[in-house]
Amino acid sequence: MSITQTLLRSRVVEALASPHGVDRYLELVNPMWAAREVRARVVEVHREVAVDGHPPVTTLTLQPTSTWRGHRAGQHVQVGVEIPGSRRTTRVFSVSSAESGPGDRFTITMRANPDGVVSRFLAEAGVGQLLHLSQAQGDFVLPDRVPDRLLLISGGSGITPVMSMLRTLQRRTHRGEVTFLHYAQSPQHQIFAEELAEVARSGYGVDVRLLHPELGDPALSPAWLGRVVPEFRDVPTWACGPAPLIEAVRAAYTGPEGELSPALRVEYFKPPRTSAGEAGGEVSFTRSDKAAPNTGATLLEQAEALGLAPEFGCRMGICFSCVATKSEGTVRNVLTGETSSLPDEEIRICVSAPDGDCSVTL
Amino acid sequence: MSKTSKTSETSEKFLLTAEQLEQFGAEMDAIRQRVIADLGEEDARYIRNVVKAQRGFEVAGRALFYLPPAWPLAVASLSVSKILDNMEIGHNVMHGQYDWMGDPGLSSRMYEWDNVCPSEQWKVSHNYIHHTYTNILDKDRDIGYGILRMDPEQKWNPYYLGNPVYAFLLMTLFEWGVAVHDLEADKIMSGEKTWAETKHLHAGLIRKIRNQALKDYLVFPALTGPFFVSTLAGNAVANLVRNIWAFNIIFCGHFPAGVSSFTIEETENETRGGWYYRQLLGSANISGSKLMHVMSGNLSHQIEHHLFPDIPARRYPEIAAEVQEICERYGLPYNTGPLHKQLGSVARKIFRLALPNRLPWQRERAETPVEQSRVAQAA
Repeated sequence: MSITQTLLRSRVVEALASPHGVDRYLELVNPMWAAREVRARVVEVHREVAVDGHPPVTTLTLQPTSTWRGHRAGQHVQVGVEIPGSRRTTRVFSVSSAESGPGDRFTITMRANPDGVVSRFLAEAGVGQLLHLSQAQGDFVLPDRVPDRLLLISGGSGITPVMSMLRTLQRRTHRGEVTFLHYAQSPQHQIFAEELAEVARSGYGVDVRLLHPELGDPALSPAWLGRVVPEFRDVPTWACGPAPLIEAVRAAYTGPEGELSPALRVEYFKPPRTSAGEAGGEVSFTRSDKAAPNTGATLLEQAEALGLAPEFGCRMGICFSCVATKSEGTVRNVLTGETSSLPDEEIRICVSAPDGDCSVTL
Repeated sequence: MSKTSKTSETSEKFLLTAEQLEQFGAEMDAIRQRVIADLGEEDARYIRNVVKAQRGFEVAGRALFYLPPAWPLAVASLSVSKILDNMEIGHNVMHGQYDWMGDPGLSSRMYEWDNVCPSEQWKVSHNYIHHTYTNILDKDRDIGYGILRMDPEQKWNPYYLGNPVYAFLLMTLFEWGVAVHDLEADKIMSGEKTWAETKHLHAGLIRKIRNQALKDYLVFPALTGPFFVSTLAGNAVANLVRNIWAFNIIFCGHFPAGVSSFTIEETENETRGGWYYRQLLGSANISGSKLMHVMSGNLSHQIEHHLFPDIPARRYPEIAAEVQEICERYGLPYNTGPLHKQLGSVARKIFRLALPNRLPWQRERAETPVEQSRVAQAA
């Protein structure tokens, strides 16, 4: 930490800037000066994939403030932007570049989904755009001591965190055996195609397999996986992608007695819909005095369907912006399938779907 | 006087049928929806500019203490900073007026103001108690703040002979009065509440007071070295100026003559229209220049603020024209007047209510109401 940073975070400066905090003053002079908060400027925009009729995939290189503590390969970051109309909206994106140190530049890669307000805005954002960031977050990371053999599985834009892992392994000159499986719609949709081809050609011990099941490549199954990576259930594995892929991976890593292999680590890049709550009963939002039959969707979606506008951020259970009090009823966490029936419980409504009757203070 | 005589007298004057009340409420809801849908960049730019100006005045004020001849200027600058911070920024941000921006620096959940009252406690006593139960006797603790007699319905006792003195003390110590408001010290004194019951508030209160005192009375003075005493005095004066200004603006909001109070029974089955009606009749505006509105945090539009507490205050002037027009149509009073007139009216009330409602020489006129409800004509 530099002397300026140490000084800015000192108790004396904190006392002087009380109650607003040092950052509230620094940002007025230069938004890239900060003592605690993390912000970044876009310094480079690179279009990765542009297929006509499909949302483009873009990589943004970010120069963070000196407060950025760096990231571990596989982590994500919350990105807030002021969308025209002045509403700050926050979404979560995986870091796609190799692990970074404090204050280092890094990249995020995103597909501009038609309903993704932030990703669409960012895809059009130019160099110089200011972003509000969190520190890097998430436990879907490479361990400090990397195992000799590892397997990285991804689908679609779920490639970003495992790409960060692959790039990190390359940089650390990892000499073990890495299998990199990626599922994409077609070769034109392949993100990081050139770099992956280069790794396949020259990487030591990296087996890159780009699969396009829609064009006849084998879908993920235990038998096929067993041929590519023998004894895969014992190989440390990181998998990230849409829910159907993750469900297939989970099934493959589940042993004959129904036990999930501890070698598997997964991350969804969209909440799966497979384990939504049970429809039926009634959902009521007590503060706004609205109620409707429970559709089984998440409480956030059901609230929005009723015209409510609860606060939210990532919409995937990460940022806790949407926490609300459930006064009664049972909710199912759509990520883990866990249910909970405690009264007056704080829940993240973006990943909680009600089972039967439920009322929320919203 | 019976318990409801004054209020029933007032409400008789402006009685609306249930149907009219509902229509009135619907018209207010329509204004609200229209403005909320229209919020955007201009509102964001406005509040950010006010913040920038406030921080500018603050830094300038703190810096000018290094130049002893500029002492009055330093105090003025710091006073403006504290007034802007507490009123146009703090009070309004803590109402959630800018929550839609999603900016943590302007979020009602995060904002902390330059005042010894912790924002967390303020939001309970102000946003919840005062704005929900506005002017309901025995529910709205802002009627006299538990210290003063500001309504003839409050039972007189000899303690209230000191009304003007207590008001003067509250004015000079206003931020401290606001800070201890949540403790309900009057109830502790009267034995209705125990000290232990307020325990959950102590830590937050002490922390906030410590931080405020540390910067204004120790660290900033110390930083000016040989000018320690003059800086300390300057900071104290700036706090005093803010106290006096805030007290005067706030007392003009609900206490000028013509403002109605309500009883718990009257408001028991209140409709949404009834709530709007009470907010309108229970508040008073101050007319004046744009600067006056900004420096009062637009509380000079107390009526509009009470009707729409979570709409950005910069919108109140534009809403006011519509509200006045609606009031005229329904024959409802719209209490407004220049600062000196509203202050005069409040001062008269403070002095008058120091004495019992019925004075010895008035015995023969048994039912004379103390304050005739004089309704100011819409400006």
